[in-house]
Amino acid sequence: MIGSRREILARKFLLWIALILGACFAGLPVLWMVASSFKSNLEIFAYPPALIDYSFSFDAYRAVLSDPGQLRFFFNSYLVAILVTICTVITSILAGYSLSRYDFRYKKFLTLVIIGVQSVPPITLMIPYFGLIVWLRIYNTYTALVLTYMVFTLSYAIIMMTGYFNTLPRDLDEAVMIDGGGSFVTLWRILVPISLPGIVAVGVYTFMLAWNEFLFALTLTRTNDMRTVPIGIHLLMGQHSFEWNQMLALSVLGSLPVLILFLLFQRYFIAGMSAGSIKG
Amino acid sequence: MVTAAQNQVAESANIGWQQRKRRLLPYAYLSPTLILLAVLTIVPIVTVFLYSLVDNVIVNQNTPEFVGLENYEEVLTHRKFRGALSNTIYFSVFSVVAHFFIGLSFALLLNSRLLGNNVKAVFRVIYILPWVFTASIIAILWRLLMNPHGVINFILLELGMVEELQEFLSDRRLALNAVTFINIWSGYPFYLVSFLAGLQGIPDDLYEAGRVDGGNAWQLFLNITLPQLKPIIISLALLDFIWTIHQFTLIWMTTGGGPMRSTEVLSTYTYKAAFSSHEYSIASTIAMIILAMCTFVAVFYVRSQRMVDE
Repeated sequence: MIGSRREILARKFLLWIALILGACFAGLPVLWMVASSFKSNLEIFAYPPALIDYSFSFDAYRAVLSDPGQLRFFFNSYLVAILVTICTVITSILAGYSLSRYDFRYKKFLTLVIIGVQSVPPITLMIPYFGLIVWLRIYNTYTALVLTYMVFTLSYAIIMMTGYFNTLPRDLDEAVMIDGGGSFVTLWRILVPISLPGIVAVGVYTFMLAWNEFLFALTLTRTNDMRTVPIGIHLLMGQHSFEWNQMLALSVLGSLPVLILFLLFQRYFIAGMSAGSIKG
Repeated sequence: MVTAAQNQVAESANIGWQQRKRRLLPYAYLSPTLILLAVLTIVPIVTVFLYSLVDNVIVNQNTPEFVGLENYEEVLTHRKFRGALSNTIYFSVFSVVAHFFIGLSFALLLNSRLLGNNVKAVFRVIYILPWVFTASIIAILWRLLMNPHGVINFILLELGMVEELQEFLSDRRLALNAVTFINIWSGYPFYLVSFLAGLQGIPDDLYEAGRVDGGNAWQLFLNITLPQLKPIIISLALLDFIWTIHQFTLIWMTTGGGPMRSTEVLSTYTYKAAFSSHEYSIASTIAMIILAMCTFVAVFYVRSQRMVDE
């Protein structure tokens, strides 16, 4: 390394200042949200503001968690996100296998279509979508949400899955094929088990997207018993009296599943995510 | 499950069928994807395109009347559309540029050799934090902070940077900058993550060679780091540009496009035209224009992806 001990010390000092400033920018807003969710609604905008004040309590959480309506939002969000994840993982494994292991007519064109779907603005689909969903007789159902979210998760999932399969040597599946296994057997017995890191990345990514979706959840559901957490928050915001602490408690609770998933799987996720965005 | 014996019998019995099956197999594996995309993407796009060419759709009992490109002419010359377009471009350009600088700076910080692995792991989680939150939660969070009686106003007042309480999200002069700032805060982690992976992929030899040639840190950054990251930078920026052009939820939940349309972007304008004014033809026309803009950027995106593959 170049530089004396003193120079390194000075550089370390500057580095730490930059690190902490960055952490304030990224983390303080979140800290403030969490702290405010423990205040009483009257103290949210108290002057002067304090991170923790005398009104500290779990009342807002108790209010959210004892309200069957709010719990229903969570149930819906979990159900939809888990179903979307399962369906997207299976569909993208099949599609990724096809794109990675076979050469066929229109392959380039179909790949282009799949990549291109990523750039279709949701708002463009929105206007005829409502009519389409009603026509398919799935308006205000879980099916409508699951199928719709798949449109937005599949493209990236397939790109990630294809990229992952491409890194696995072809000799592997050819060996099984020679032993008499069909292509389907090869896929499920050989490729899927060793692709688990890639599959986890696809799964986490899909779950996050599905858990967070707003526009279609708002438009394709009519009754509160079909609505998800983001819409629940939106509904709380629309009420006359702003229950800030409850909204914030619901937000914190609504972010926890994604945060936990992210912390557990961040290694896979970051690797898979960047592989997808770089290689396509 | 097909056993080996069955497979062999089938093979000798009908080679032609086997061949055809093998040819169709890749399509069979792709079929769930293709059916879903055809019904839920292609059909709506074609429909919205047809809507944009006619008058009297959906709400009107009369038969739709074909008007050609008249809707486009009407939309493109409309003052509201131009306002929304320029807001969208302002919002997108500033977001993408700031995302890039913040994402790269944080990635370089976290990649420093002077930090231990545990320190890096902790700060990485903090820096990625904004990414975990969904747009509606980010909206609430910043409405809390940017409230006239909120903590940001308190700090600015105490520091003497403002003289009176600011209505960041409901002041015409401030609102667009405020929502752009919120979008910057929520979007940079995607760059950070990709840059971290990219930086780790740059071979150390390159830096060694650079140092032997007498380059200082800044020169190494300009001549090695940036060129090595270039493919990632291009595809990230293009992808991000597409996403910010059609950003809806964040703006809808913070300002709703107001006050006085000062934060109206193309997606909120479309939503209002369709679902508040029920002008479905006009809404479809704007939706097609957004699609065209995104497709235009996407063409470059696909090209940049190919460059990386080669």
